[in-house]
Amino acid sequence: MTQRLVIIGAGMAAGRVLDHLTDAQKDGESADWDVTLFNAEPRGTYNRIMLSPVLSGEKTYDDIVTHDADWYEEKGVDTKFGVKVTEVDRAAKIVRGDDGSEVAYDKLVFATGSNPFIIPMPGHDLDGVIAYRDLEDTHDMMSLTLGQKAVVIGGGLLGLEAAAGMAARGVDVTVVHLMGHLMERQLDEPAGYLLRKALVDKGITVKCSANSKEIIGENGKVKALMLDDGTELPCDKLVMAVGIRPNIGLAQEVGLACGRGIHVDDQLLTSDENIFAIGECVEHNGDIFGLVAPIFDQAKVLAKVLLGDEAAFVNREVSTKLKVTGCDLFSAGDFAEGDDREDIVFRDPARGVYKRLVLQDNKIIGAVMYGDTADGSWFYGLLKDGTDVSDMRDTLIFGPAYQGGAPSDPLSAVAALPDDAEICGCNGVCKGDIVAAINDGATDLGAIKATTKASASCGTCTGLVEQVLAVTLGDDFVMPAAQTVCGCTDFSHEDVRRLIKVQELKSQDAVWQELGWKTRNGCHVCRPAINYYLLADWPLEYADDPQSRFVNERKHANIQKDGTYSVVPRMWGGITTPDELRAIADAADKYDVPTVKVTGGQRIDLLGVKGSDLPAIWYDLNQAGMVSGHAYSKGLRTVKTCVGTDHCRFGTQDSTGLGIKLEKHLWGSWTPHKLKLAVSGCPRNCAEATCKDIGVICVDSGYEIHVAGAAGMEIKGTEVLCKVATEDEAMEVISAMTQIYRENAKYLDRIFKWVDKVGLDWVKEQIVDDLDNRKALAERFEISQSVYRADPWAEHAKDKAETYQPLADLTLEAAE
Amino acid sequence: MSWIDIGDINDIPLRGARVVKTPVGCVALFRTDDTEVRAISDRCPHKGGPLSEGIVHDNKVTCPLHNWVFDLNTGEAQGADEGRVDTFPVKVDAGRILLDGSAVGNRSAA
Repeated sequence: MTQRLVIIGAGMAAGRVLDHLTDAQKDGESADWDVTLFNAEPRGTYNRIMLSPVLSGEKTYDDIVTHDADWYEEKGVDTKFGVKVTEVDRAAKIVRGDDGSEVAYDKLVFATGSNPFIIPMPGHDLDGVIAYRDLEDTHDMMSLTLGQKAVVIGGGLLGLEAAAGMAARGVDVTVVHLMGHLMERQLDEPAGYLLRKALVDKGITVKCSANSKEIIGENGKVKALMLDDGTELPCDKLVMAVGIRPNIGLAQEVGLACGRGIHVDDQLLTSDENIFAIGECVEHNGDIFGLVAPIFDQAKVLAKVLLGDEAAFVNREVSTKLKVTGCDLFSAGDFAEGDDREDIVFRDPARGVYKRLVLQDNKIIGAVMYGDTADGSWFYGLLKDGTDVSDMRDTLIFGPAYQGGAPSDPLSAVAALPDDAEICGCNGVCKGDIVAAINDGATDLGAIKATTKASASCGTCTGLVEQVLAVTLGDDFVMPAAQTVCGCTDFSHEDVRRLIKVQELKSQDAVWQELGWKTRNGCHVCRPAINYYLLADWPLEYADDPQSRFVNERKHANIQKDGTYSVVPRMWGGITTPDELRAIADAADKYDVPTVKVTGGQRIDLLGVKGSDLPAIWYDLNQAGMVSGHAYSKGLRTVKTCVGTDHCRFGTQDSTGLGIKLEKHLWGSWTPHKLKLAVSGCPRNCAEATCKDIGVICVDSGYEIHVAGAAGMEIKGTEVLCKVATEDEAMEVISAMTQIYRENAKYLDRIFKWVDKVGLDWVKEQIVDDLDNRKALAERFEISQSVYRADPWAEHAKDKAETYQPLADLTLEAAE
Repeated sequence: MSWIDIGDINDIPLRGARVVKTPVGCVALFRTDDTEVRAISDRCPHKGGPLSEGIVHDNKVTCPLHNWVFDLNTGEAQGADEGRVDTFPVKVDAGRILLDGSAVGNRSAA
């Protein structure tokens, strides 16, 4: 007996159900169905996931139609396209459309799909603000022409496909993403980094951790997106691709049980025994669906149920691929860290490849891949089948073809460098020059130095030159064992610094990937160093990462052995006032500071402050005009002075005044290790300037600038860098000295150690003889200081005070 | 288990930590990934260092006092050092951090 089936919605789920039903009927199987198909869109089923290639111009709409008018006619499906269903009378089993039509049913299927989520921010209803969901949206985006601007909110699968599609049409696209990295639900940070890099290469601007505030319009039309930091992004079109919500409006109206989606059981049956639901509008065991694979599974199950067969829907792991040409990524399963989970990570900087497998109980439970996804389906198969991989663990990451293959090549990062990458900064020698010299017969470091001058000056690129030799000569070159940063990498500090500059690596993720780090995010040895190198080389682009800092620099106080802290306010040049001293005394009383001590750097240390009191004591000291003394940092500590001409009968210059100027100029700067200065007003040297990192001895005719002293574990007198006539020159030389140290030294090398490696003569060449270079260094220092010359105490007391308190106190609740 | 809502996931910076005071002492909550949190005792068995102030790398933390490294999943000291810290059940649900109250001696939650 023929029964009446009505389907609401002609999306991919409905299309697939019809495929299965009509195939079965063709085979003459079981009950016949008389089908009526409603669709609010004026067309039948097309392959919605292929809209992106339509947008980018790689396909046309005709290419992606799966069910055309002929098909429906041939299969005898009554179509009501462009008709919206307004009412379902469940008692009478009748569906009514907005064209007045009435269709009776025996069984009804909701395939109403989903609606794009529109963030209800100011301006969301302006003309030109669209979602990315259907063919209309796609055409809307295709109307943009070369040079017009578009902003996409949302760096997920759909948003990025929209962005790439528009960019392919010559549109100037910016993606704004709330989270820290793109596609955070499918990718981890390293893969997100590579994806971002590929999109940036396509000319797309990507802004992560960016919060949209409002959409600005003009004459009712979108004009720009404003972020909550005040940045305005002009645009002619704004695409919101921040997610979808199951379309359950009609289902709720007619009283079907709904949660986030329409509740269905394993047979896709809703709370009404004659109504099924399928696709993006349903909720099954708490899951909702956005990817096509499980929805096609549902279609298969529903068709069987309608045909009277037994079938049950089981949600399974799905994998994701992004349909953007040139961005090969693959993601499947669960790749978050977890108890008893282990990672296998493989990076090949030369090819831009990143692979990570997450294992639990010797089974793959998650996989993320970027750049080379050829083995994706193999890994996915192992994941789905729960295959025990313990026997192939060691070579698993290399894929099925490579069981027993060779491990990754530590030299691949250097092999990947282009010929014009500068290896030796001092002498401007590129990789290509060195390779040419090698081919001409220079087969060791000495010969390279002699023929190209590479590594012949400061020598910090020696490791890289040796690696170029190794890459070029292969087995003919024996690499000397170099001191690597830590077990996470085969590079030395000097290599890493050089490569960060040459390859313009501006984020930690860039360093991990491009330099082939062996761990996911470094360790306590390398991460503080990398964080420092990045902020020193890219002060405006890279933001300091507190989580990569040792506790003292993160909390802006020195941790003591009992877990309390010491607080040292700055006393510029060692000068203080009665008011400041009173404020310090008051603070010591108020916060029960057990020890107050005068330091060697001419200031006062409050020892034994509780961590939770830090923001409050800082606030009090700030109120009295005092700022952080950075007594905890690898950065400028103090500028010690004597009283100079103000009071001393021997003084030759205003040493106190110069000390204060220097301290106000240098404070807040981060350096490879701590930086201590002193200015003495005459050669009697009461400020002990000749054992400092940088010291100034005033003489009648000007200022002697000393560097590279030490008075710690090692003791060493300074060496004279130069003598200058004016205070301004002294300031410039010291700025340049600080900056050249900041830019070149290994993390945790004091100036004397670094100068010992590069030679004082080299330093003199750079900042005494070469006046242009001195000026350029001083300017770069100033650029960095535009960011870092600020009081961290004020910032923390104002914005981060609560982070110094426990997140919760469960002892109180227990006592109640 | 009795899950207690401790706070929002974003109260802890990525690769950072916050402390919760409990009847069994301070418990450090580490955010090792966007939506992953681990809970261990905040006290290093070596010299009592506050582990919540250490650098978090992968699923490990390094004590700020003497660089002992602990696995946040098992609480075991890594490398040559021997010792372990207590771990506590914790999970993230819909952006909220939930700590098992019974494991940290919370009577009102039990």
